[in-house]
Amino acid sequence: MKDVIRQLEEKRAAARLGGGQRRIEAQHKKGKLSARERLELLLDPGTFEEYDMFVEHRCNDFGMAAQAIPGDGVVTGWGTINGRTVFVFSQDFTVFGGSLSEPHAEKICKIMDQAMKVGAPVIGLNDSGGARIQEGVASLAGYAEVFQRNVLASGVVPQISLVMGPCAGGAVYSPAMTDFIFMVKDSSYMFVTGPDVVKTVTHEQVTQEDLGGATTHTARSGVADLAFDNDVEAMEEARRFFDFLPMNNREPPPVRPTDDPLDREEPSLDNLVPASPNKPYDMRELILKVVDEADFFELQRDYARNIIIGLGRFQGSTVGVVANQPMVLAGCLDIDASRKAARFVRFCDCFNIPILTFVDVPGFLPGTAQEYGGIIKHGAKLLFAFAEATVPKVTVITRKAYGGAYDVMSSKHLRGDVNYAWPSAEIAVMGPKGAVEIIFRAEMDDPAKIEARTEEYRRKFANPFVAGHRGFIDDVIMPSSTRRRVARSFAMLRSKKLENPWKKHDNIPL
Amino acid sequence: MFKKILVANRGEIACRIMRTARAMGIKTVAVFSEADAEGKHVLEADEAVAIGPSPPSRSYLDIAAVVAAVKATGAEAVHPGFGFLSENATFAKALDDAGVVFIGPPTAAVAAMGDKVESKKLAKAAGINVIPGHIGIVKDGDEAVAIARSIGYPVMIKASAGGGGKGMRIARDDDECRDGFRGAANEARNSFGDDRLFLERFVDKPRHIEIQVLADAHGNTVHLGERECSIQRRHQKVIEEAPSPFLDAKTRAAMGAQAVTLARAVGYRSAGTVEFIVDGERNFYFLEMNTRLQVEHPVTELIMGLDLVELMIRIAAGEPLPFKQAQIKAKGWAVEARVYAEDPERGFLPSTGRLVRYRPPVGEGIRIDDGVYEGAEISSFYDPMIGKLCAHGATRAEAIGRLAEAIDGFVIRGLSHNLPFLGAVLRHPRFAAGDLDTLFIEQEFGRTFQGNQPSGAIEDVLLAVGAMVQARLARRESGRGEAFGSWVVRYEGRSADVDVELDGDRARVWSKGRDVVLDGPWTAGQTVFRGTYDGQPVVVQAERSDGTWRIVHGGAVIRAKVLSRRAAELLARMPPKAVADTSRFLLSPMPGLVVALHVADGDVVKVGQPLAVIDAMKMENVLRAERDGRIAKVRVPVGASLAVDQVILEFDDTP
Repeated sequence: MKDVIRQLEEKRAAARLGGGQRRIEAQHKKGKLSARERLELLLDPGTFEEYDMFVEHRCNDFGMAAQAIPGDGVVTGWGTINGRTVFVFSQDFTVFGGSLSEPHAEKICKIMDQAMKVGAPVIGLNDSGGARIQEGVASLAGYAEVFQRNVLASGVVPQISLVMGPCAGGAVYSPAMTDFIFMVKDSSYMFVTGPDVVKTVTHEQVTQEDLGGATTHTARSGVADLAFDNDVEAMEEARRFFDFLPMNNREPPPVRPTDDPLDREEPSLDNLVPASPNKPYDMRELILKVVDEADFFELQRDYARNIIIGLGRFQGSTVGVVANQPMVLAGCLDIDASRKAARFVRFCDCFNIPILTFVDVPGFLPGTAQEYGGIIKHGAKLLFAFAEATVPKVTVITRKAYGGAYDVMSSKHLRGDVNYAWPSAEIAVMGPKGAVEIIFRAEMDDPAKIEARTEEYRRKFANPFVAGHRGFIDDVIMPSSTRRRVARSFAMLRSKKLENPWKKHDNIPL
Repeated sequence: MFKKILVANRGEIACRIMRTARAMGIKTVAVFSEADAEGKHVLEADEAVAIGPSPPSRSYLDIAAVVAAVKATGAEAVHPGFGFLSENATFAKALDDAGVVFIGPPTAAVAAMGDKVESKKLAKAAGINVIPGHIGIVKDGDEAVAIARSIGYPVMIKASAGGGGKGMRIARDDDECRDGFRGAANEARNSFGDDRLFLERFVDKPRHIEIQVLADAHGNTVHLGERECSIQRRHQKVIEEAPSPFLDAKTRAAMGAQAVTLARAVGYRSAGTVEFIVDGERNFYFLEMNTRLQVEHPVTELIMGLDLVELMIRIAAGEPLPFKQAQIKAKGWAVEARVYAEDPERGFLPSTGRLVRYRPPVGEGIRIDDGVYEGAEISSFYDPMIGKLCAHGATRAEAIGRLAEAIDGFVIRGLSHNLPFLGAVLRHPRFAAGDLDTLFIEQEFGRTFQGNQPSGAIEDVLLAVGAMVQARLARRESGRGEAFGSWVVRYEGRSADVDVELDGDRARVWSKGRDVVLDGPWTAGQTVFRGTYDGQPVVVQAERSDGTWRIVHGGAVIRAKVLSRRAAELLARMPPKAVADTSRFLLSPMPGLVVALHVADGDVVKVGQPLAVIDAMKMENVLRAERDGRIAKVRVPVGASLAVDQVILEFDDTP
């Protein structure tokens, strides 16, 4: 008995050391924490329950039999973040470069299976050189087992990936199928094929950082949601983000106690929208002034900046915010913005997170790049996402709501529950100038007449009343009262029940 | 009394004048330019008249437009405020011709005091102390040297039409005198179209002290004591106070008497200010007379308990002064700080934009004169002054303390401002000691101000509040009642261990071997913490965005991360990252059309300066320099259409 306990202690000590002190220090030199140090910061102190510490690989080829390290390159288990259960795996780069072996994959699958059973989120910390090549197809099978579980868990429990080192080849597809990807600047990269292969095949010269670094994926490809300065910040922000999320698809979002009054007036919003319709303003100001405590967790802030997505709270309860940003591209919808927002809307709908939409959209971005890129189907994604969502939906039109983009942006017609407009709202097929140029094409030679027609069109349509007459707008609200009106709407909608017809699944235009 | 007056001004002074008019039961008319259509002064007026486009020359300085507004509204009198048309004799005459009362001095007095050389001659003749010098125009460098020798070095060479430091040179020997003469002449010609210069003795350790005078149409002229305005930056007053910590009763009486004498000599009526320069031995010399209300008039009002605008209106309406010199008694001390939209950390460059947050402080003895509101726009067309914050107290120390506390609690967001700088000046030991002169800011702060390196008690407060707010958030988020926590505050390249124990509104804070109580309520989302630190009242601003705290107190602004002890320990194991290279290129943030380029190859630009205007989706987007530098090459012409991230221009990185 005593002997077993001594052995246990020895094995534990060996597992904790992973690939050894020297490799941990090398990890630090690269600006990275060890797998266990990361979990220490991610989870509430002392709450980590580790599983499978004694798992070792079963490979006997290529001299692997001689080198086995308890844990086999991944630390798995569960713990709590601010008291709420979360399942975690953290790949250990110091053990065989964090490479994925069959047992390594089994460990990940085990915690994912358990997360599904209890209905708790999964957070994966990725830092792996890729497949354990010595194992051959066994390693590939391991990946696929993880992928399958990612897919089954999708929409059941929230899944978050933190890419904190290399993540290349097939390994990228597990994070790709989770709900969110966060990266760490300068120390992480993701790509399907690395710079060497790229050079051989396409003769492009590109660095790892340019090909798949944090900047590339947060600003250019949109693959990653956010990038953080270092591992410590990544863990702190992951905790902050986790606090917004519900545990699973059957539970409501968490409620955090707040002293921020529901009826807080913001008089300065009454002049947020400039007098000139062609002058931009910062939609972020509106979001920060209406959500609780100005606490807004923005996602994908560097990608498709013409639309803003993120999580905030009203009366302590999580709400997803989607908003056109007039500061960028006048807030129009394009391929990237549609995809960005569509995925976010579907995430919110999966997890019972109500959606608040702020609309100032002049339309879809014209141009060959957009049409050739398939804006028709990409734009349809956002339309589809809003239309199928059954969570409470509150929409506020702040200024322009033109054309098809008006329909798309959580309009009344797509089962918007509460649709408000500010007095500055203009809901029409297009701007007055464009409309007149079409309707009164015959009078185009007479600037005076055209000006009069434009004025007439503006008077008739450049206001919220036409939509109001038809009930497409439930009320015209003062901007200063937005927080109160929105918060009360969400409170009323808390008991909303709406179900889509039974189907195996829908067929969103991917 | 008038039934309706027009205020020919904008911003805070227009609001301030209308406040008094309203209290007197007089209707008010505002005038406004395009940029000011939603200005506070327009919203507060009974009537408002648009007088033209945004540039002052086409609106607030357009005499015909203002007079037309007067006629259209039937205003019986016009208050000009300060600046704009306040000292414009043509304007005063135009009103006179229209049969409208000018709330200010007679035209002759304005004209007599308007020219620096003429006013000095007049003052000298009236027996007022003037600086030893040459009253009259100096012909050339040789004459300048001869005069300089006769009055003794150092000398000051000044433009006759000068102001704002333009056309001014100090010379300490013959060579400097010759060079200075040439330089000043050039500058004066370029700035004022008038290269007439004069010479005077340069005063060492100069203080700027001015006397407020009031004269009615019935021969009564009094003075209301002095204001000291020595805290200046590039000849712009920044902090003013009344009384002066330097004057004794004898000097005060002598200066007051001379100011009254001068006012009488020019047949003055209304409120006016006689400016003096005072040296280290309390010798005082006449500088100039301002024939209008001064920006800093509130400090006099606070200690005298008078309303200068009301008195000006009553005098203009022909009423006699309601008091005699002997009845005028000052009470307490008042200090004013001018709050500017400018960036002290970037050489005080003016800043423009929307006041996303604007919460002026309230408190005992606090007065705010402003012309903006939350959500208002500070435009580049006008003076960047946001407002004037004043504090009144029984003693100088009390007034300064109140003002410093009010500044700590003043919330302005959306643009850069000088509040931290003002806070730092007020807490400077030399300022507290009253050891002032007009070179104070340049000597003590230099040309820029770095507020992020706090020390001593201010640093202690910043650290304590940083750890306290983080501890409160952590406790709320964890949902558990952990009262004690060990934290590390990392800020501006430094780091400090701070332990916090929460107990209701109280927080016990251990830091640097000290154990101090921070007492006061704070809940998440609250910007301003008001409480006590070690028993002393403190006001501290703390806001979090994306995990970083911005904490402001006592003239210091720090960006801090507050980490658990363990997180800080782990962070320390990783090598610090090299600071990312700022890009050499200006990239188009969007597809669009280049409608304007404000720079060319080789231009030197300052941060914030507009570089190009891009039209996208029918909106004009101004791209500004994000750093100082020289333009190496502009890559696209006006009219070019841009793809996103296309290079517009390239900066030169060679130093």
